[in-house]
Amino acid sequence: MNTAAFVVIAIFTLLGALAAATLPRLIHAALSLVVGFVGLAAFYILLGAEFVGLVQIFVYVGAVAVLIVFTILLTRREATERDPFNWLGAIVALAVFGGLLWTISHSDFVWQAHVPNQDLTVRRIGDALMTAYIWPLLCVGVLLTAAMIGALILVYEEK
Amino acid sequence: MPGEALDQIFVRAKGSILSLLSGAPEWLVQIVSALISITALLVVFPGLFALISVLERKILGRFQNRYGPNRVGPFGLLQPLADGIKMLIKEDVVPTRADKTMHFIAPIMMLIPALLALSVIPYGRNMTPFAIDAGILFLFAVGSTTELAVFMAGWGSNNKFSMLGAMRAIAQMVSYELPLIITVLPVVMIVGSLSGDAIVAAQDGYHFGIIPRWFVTTPWGATAFLLFFASGLVESNRTPFDVPEGESEIVAGHMTEYSGFKYAIFFMAEYLGMFAISGLGVTLFLGGWHAPIKALEIIPSYIWFFAKLSVLLFVFIWIRGTLPRTRIDHIMNFAWKFMLPMSFACVLAAALWHFQAGGLRGWLWSFALIAVIYAGLSRLLQTGRRFAPRTYRFAE
Amino acid sequence: MSLGLILIASSGLFSIGLLAALSRRHAIFMLIGIELMLAAANLNFVAFWRFGPPSPNPHGALFAIFSIAIAAAEAAVGLALVIAVYRHYRTTSVDRMTQLKG
Repeated sequence: MNTAAFVVIAIFTLLGALAAATLPRLIHAALSLVVGFVGLAAFYILLGAEFVGLVQIFVYVGAVAVLIVFTILLTRREATERDPFNWLGAIVALAVFGGLLWTISHSDFVWQAHVPNQDLTVRRIGDALMTAYIWPLLCVGVLLTAAMIGALILVYEEK
Repeated sequence: MPGEALDQIFVRAKGSILSLLSGAPEWLVQIVSALISITALLVVFPGLFALISVLERKILGRFQNRYGPNRVGPFGLLQPLADGIKMLIKEDVVPTRADKTMHFIAPIMMLIPALLALSVIPYGRNMTPFAIDAGILFLFAVGSTTELAVFMAGWGSNNKFSMLGAMRAIAQMVSYELPLIITVLPVVMIVGSLSGDAIVAAQDGYHFGIIPRWFVTTPWGATAFLLFFASGLVESNRTPFDVPEGESEIVAGHMTEYSGFKYAIFFMAEYLGMFAISGLGVTLFLGGWHAPIKALEIIPSYIWFFAKLSVLLFVFIWIRGTLPRTRIDHIMNFAWKFMLPMSFACVLAAALWHFQAGGLRGWLWSFALIAVIYAGLSRLLQTGRRFAPRTYRFAE
Repeated sequence: MSLGLILIASSGLFSIGLLAALSRRHAIFMLIGIELMLAAANLNFVAFWRFGPPSPNPHGALFAIFSIAIAAAEAAVGLALVIAVYRHYRTTSVDRMTQLKG
């Protein structure tokens, strides 16, 4: 049951990502990216980290995808955006994939049967964030504020 | 407790259906259980939508000193049937150069988040369709995908007005998501859990035996509820914030090029979104399915939930019939300059209230903090516009 | 569903992201590719947390949460850059942004 769900979600995600990488029209590629992100969130929920999956939908689909779509809207020249495909990139990507596959198949640790760690509850995440991860949390807060102010300054038009 | 048979009648019905499958494998029982919950949701909420659509027109009519629809059926209550038949037999017009895939998928993508959001709200004792650990986060996560659907509707129509309406709608929705989420933060902080069931269970009991312990009876809760309600008004594009679909301004905004059944789906998605926000407001602030007086606890819990939901929907319709539309830049100013600082004030006030361990000092401190920040914001945000004294020119 | 299958899926996702980043000329497509690569790395983190050595602490999943937050910040700044450059060059094709060359 788990393996069947895993295969379905994997096909869904990889097809969405492939469509995002290869479709000529930009808007269609951006919307297939959304499909890929939703598939990835399903992966996280299948792996027992449902908080991470929900954060993925919230941040990636609700914010990053909307940002990408808005930027496409603001930077278009003609009615149909078409972007031709470069085959050299495909060869490099295939080579990298082959190398990674070789590494995975030749490792022992990966193919042993492991007992999965227990599911992650929100309470455990909250405890960890407030005790062990308090400095990263504050740094991420500062980073997000800086990113927001920086993005605003970059697109600010002097009157 | 008295009246428990009536209270748990739906839970027992579902249990008896599932016991018919006692020999089946585990995954089949889970799938059938999920399907029963989904069927119940799909029967109740579109039915409620049909009822509310005619009741809204009648209530708006009464506000405007006229009868609403009263021809079809007794008191006009079968009007949704006539509307449904009309929508189904209308011709489905798609613009020639519209992006057909996106034009088709946008209404569906608008409906899915509303239905998903309705599935994690506790409707009664033990009556949450899908009780997950991070229910509130799930609700907000799927709610944030509505903006993409609005964009797809606007872009896929290949129409400048649609695109403009969609941009305004997205700007409005994104700005008000922040106050919506931050006003929920005090409740989650005080309860210590993100699941709807835990939040409703924490509002059990009565102060001094009379006043229920709902979060709306605390100073930070009342403020947070008002801000949450206003943000909910904006998120569902209702008057006074319906600039994206204002008929006198922009035809129908992102829904301009949709006709017939697709428009009906947009309409239904908007109302289901309204139900989800009201249901969330009832769960978080108004005590969920708890009764307001101890003596009335005999009445089943789901009746209380739907009664409170109906009160909130009536206030939605009341505000629509009373207030005029606000300008888009006023809406944005209101969100970023007023509502965001006030919602942070609610978080601080809730923390103060909590750390005084519910004593009278906690109430006074949190109330004072909210009052001071409100007064400060009102003073700071006065635009100080000086108007020239009026001069009148009369015809000579 | 073992660790190996998940790692194969995430390396597939990574190479698709690499494909998007290398074989397109539009600046936004390259950003999409970078986001896909980051997402694949996050999947690796969560997979290793789930199937790795038994331990009580949720470090892998928390790392993934922080990584998602930082990816969002990076996407925001990257897209702001694309808009700012578009205003100057009137094109988003990275082949034409050559003023620092040579």
